[in-house]
Amino acid sequence: MSETGTRRLRVHRFKRGDGGAHFDEFVVPAGPRTTVLDALRWIQLHADPSLALRHSCMHASCGTCGVQVDGQEELACVARLGDHRGDPVTVEPLANVPVLTDLVVDMADFFRRFGDRHPVLRASEAVAGAQPPDGLDRFVRLEDCIECGLCLSACPVAATSARYAGPAALSAAQRLLEEPRGADRDDVLAWAGRPEGAWRCHVGMECTRACPADALPAERIMALRRELGGREAGARP
Amino acid sequence: MAQARYDEHVLIVGGGGTGGALAHDLALRGLRVTLVERGELTSGTTGRHHGLLHSGGRYAVSDRESATECIEENRILRRICPGTLETNDGLFVAVEEEDLAYLEPFVEGCAACGIPTQRLTGAEALRLEPNLNPAVLAAVRVPDATMDGWRMPLRFFATARHNGAEIRTYTAVEGLLVHDHHVSGAALRDHVTGRCGEVRADVVVNATGPWSERVAAMAGVEVPIRPSPGVLVAVRGRLCNMVLNRLHKSGDGDIIVPQRALSVVGTSSWVVDDPDELGVPEDHVERMYAEGAKLVPAVRDTPMRAAWSAARPLIGARSAGDSGRELSRTFKTFDHRETDGVEGFVTITGGKGTTLRAMAEVCADVVCRKLGIDEPCRTRETVLLPHEAYYRAAA
Ligand SMILES: Cc1cc2nc3c(=O)[nH]c(=O)nc-3n(C[C@H](O)[C@H](O)[C@H](O)COP(=O)(O)OP(=O)(O)OC[C@H]3O[C@@H](n4cnc5c(N)ncnc54)[C@H](O)[C@@H]3O)c2cc1C
Ligand code: FES
Repeated sequence: MSETGTRRLRVHRFKRGDGGAHFDEFVVPAGPRTTVLDALRWIQLHADPSLALRHSCMHASCGTCGVQVDGQEELACVARLGDHRGDPVTVEPLANVPVLTDLVVDMADFFRRFGDRHPVLRASEAVAGAQPPDGLDRFVRLEDCIECGLCLSACPVAATSARYAGPAALSAAQRLLEEPRGADRDDVLAWAGRPEGAWRCHVGMECTRACPADALPAERIMALRRELGGREAGARP
Repeated sequence: MAQARYDEHVLIVGGGGTGGALAHDLALRGLRVTLVERGELTSGTTGRHHGLLHSGGRYAVSDRESATECIEENRILRRICPGTLETNDGLFVAVEEEDLAYLEPFVEGCAACGIPTQRLTGAEALRLEPNLNPAVLAAVRVPDATMDGWRMPLRFFATARHNGAEIRTYTAVEGLLVHDHHVSGAALRDHVTGRCGEVRADVVVNATGPWSERVAAMAGVEVPIRPSPGVLVAVRGRLCNMVLNRLHKSGDGDIIVPQRALSVVGTSSWVVDDPDELGVPEDHVERMYAEGAKLVPAVRDTPMRAAWSAARPLIGARSAGDSGRELSRTFKTFDHRETDGVEGFVTITGGKGTTLRAMAEVCADVVCRKLGIDEPCRTRETVLLPHEAYYRAAA
C-alpha cells in the first residue's frame, strides 16, 4: 500500500449494554489501492483495538465482510476507499439483519430465511473447451453465491418485512430447481410460492446490483416466478 | 445441544482452522470446551489461505513427512466434509525443459508417500485445461482439490457447537492467569459488550497460529514460531477447473487455484516479526502475475479482483535473512510442562489448513493425557454438519 495521503472515516459504533449506537471519526492513511477493510484494520491496530468487524478471505470469496459504505452495500475487502467520495466516508453495518456490535451483524438471521437445505456445490460450468477430468465421483464446483447478505441489505422489500425470504434464499431455491441434487421440486416450489416468497419481490433489481459475485438474484427470482406461474397458471396476485 | 460428560474444562485460544478442529475433537471426547477468538472465526491465516486441499504432491520431493500427512488428511476430509470441497484434482505441469528433470523424482516421491499419480502428455493436459501454456511438455495428475477456506473450518465450529462447545468470537485474550508455573485461565476482553473478564480452565491451549509466540509469552514461555507471509492474487474469471501447479521445486507464484468464478495465483514467502503488519509488496503482486502467466498465459490480461497477504506459522529457530521456504510445513504440539516446566498450558502450531484435523487429534491426545482422560479420537469418521448449522445452533 503506497500511502499518498489520508482520508476521514465515520464508523458506526455499538457495544451491548453501553447505551445507544453512535459514530466515531478516524483519520486513516490511504493510497490508491487502500480498501475499506485495510482502513478498518488500520483503525483496529493503530487507533482503537475495540472496533469489531468481520473479515476472513480478503478476496470477495467468503462473504463475511459486507458493510454499507456511504449507504451502498460493499464487500469491505474489495471496496476501494478511492471509489467513495464521502468526506468523511461513512461505514455502517448491513441493513435488514440485527447488529451484534459495531459493524458486526448476526448472520443467524440471514440463514433463518433459507429453506432447509442449500448446498454450496454444483456441477461445474467447465471452462470453455475443457474436458473435465474423468474418474472423479462427480466434477463439482462451489456455488457462486457467497452468502454475504449484501442483497438482503439492499432489498427494499426486506426492509419492510422481516418474514420475506429475501433474494439470497430465493436464489438458492431457484438453483435447486436448476439442478435438483435430490431435492423435491414440488417442495421447493411450494416453499418459494408462499406469501413471503417469490411473489413479494417488487423487481427493483437492487439485489442484482449489490451482488458482488454476479449470482443474479433478481433474475433468479424472476425465473422462480415463471416456474410458479407455469404451475399455478392464473394464481399471480 | 449435547452436554459434556467430563467436568474438565479446556480453553482454546484462537479460532482458526486448528482451534476449530480442536474444539470439535475435544467436544466429541466429552470435555467442556470454550474457544475464544479475537475477531470473526478464521480471520487470521485460515480464511486467507490459498484454498488448496493439498494432495501432498507439493512436498513429495523435499518434505515427505508433510506430504504423507497431507494425503492422509485429504482422504479423510473428502469423507467428513463433502460439499465444501470441489472435486477437481490437480495437475503438476512442466512448461520448461528443466522442469522435466523434476518429473521422475516427483512421481517417485509421490509413490513413496502414497499419493496416486497419472502421467499425461502435453497434449492430454491441454485437452483437460485449454488455457494452459501451449508450451506444456508433460503433466502429472494428483488428487489436489479446491477447499472453501471459510466454510470448511466453519463446519468444525458448527459441529463443536452442537456438541456443547462454547464459541466466543470478538473476545481477545489479553493475559494468562499464571501462578507458580501454573496456567489456570485467561483474562479476556469481550468486544461485543466492551467488558473485561476472566475464564478459568484446567488446560489452556494456544492455537493462535502466527500469533502463538505472543500468546506463549503471556505465560513467560517461548515457542519457536516464525510468521512467514505470502502474497496471493485473485484474478476475475475461472481460467482453469483443476488446481494447476508448476512441476518444479516449490517457488513463487507457481500454483493457481480456481475458486468459484475467480482464479487465485500464489504465493511468495518472506519472514516478519509482527503477524498483524504484513503489507502487500507491489513487486510480489507483479511476480504473481508474471509467474502465474507461465502456467496460464491468460492470467497476464485478466483484471485483478484482490491482492492480499497471510502469514504462515512456520516452526523454526530465528535466524536472519532466509525466506521461510526451507522450514518444514509439519506441525508440533508443545506441552509446556515438558519444554518449560509450566503446567496447564499447551501450544499447537505449524502445519497447514489441510492438516487441521490431524493437528487437533495429536493435540487433543496430549490434553487428555494431561487430564487423565481416556477417550479415543472420533474425528476421522464423524461427518461434519453443514456450515450454516453454525448459525442455526445459535438460534
Ligand atoms: C499465503 C498462504 C497460503 C496458504 N495456502 C494454503 C493452502 O492452500 N492449503 C493449506 O492447506 N494451507 C495453506 N496455508 C497454511 C494455512 O493457512 C495455515 O497453516 C493455517 O491456516 C493455520 O491455521 P491456525 O488455526 O493454526 O492459525 P490461524 O488461522 O492464524 O488462527 C489463529 C487465530 O488466533 C487468533 N488470535 C491471535 N491472538 C489472539 C488473542 N490474543 N486472543 C484471541 N484470539 C487470538 C487470530 O485472530 C486467528 O484467527 C497457507 C498459508 C499462507 C500464509
Ligand atoms: S473478507 Fe471474504 S469476502 Fe471480504
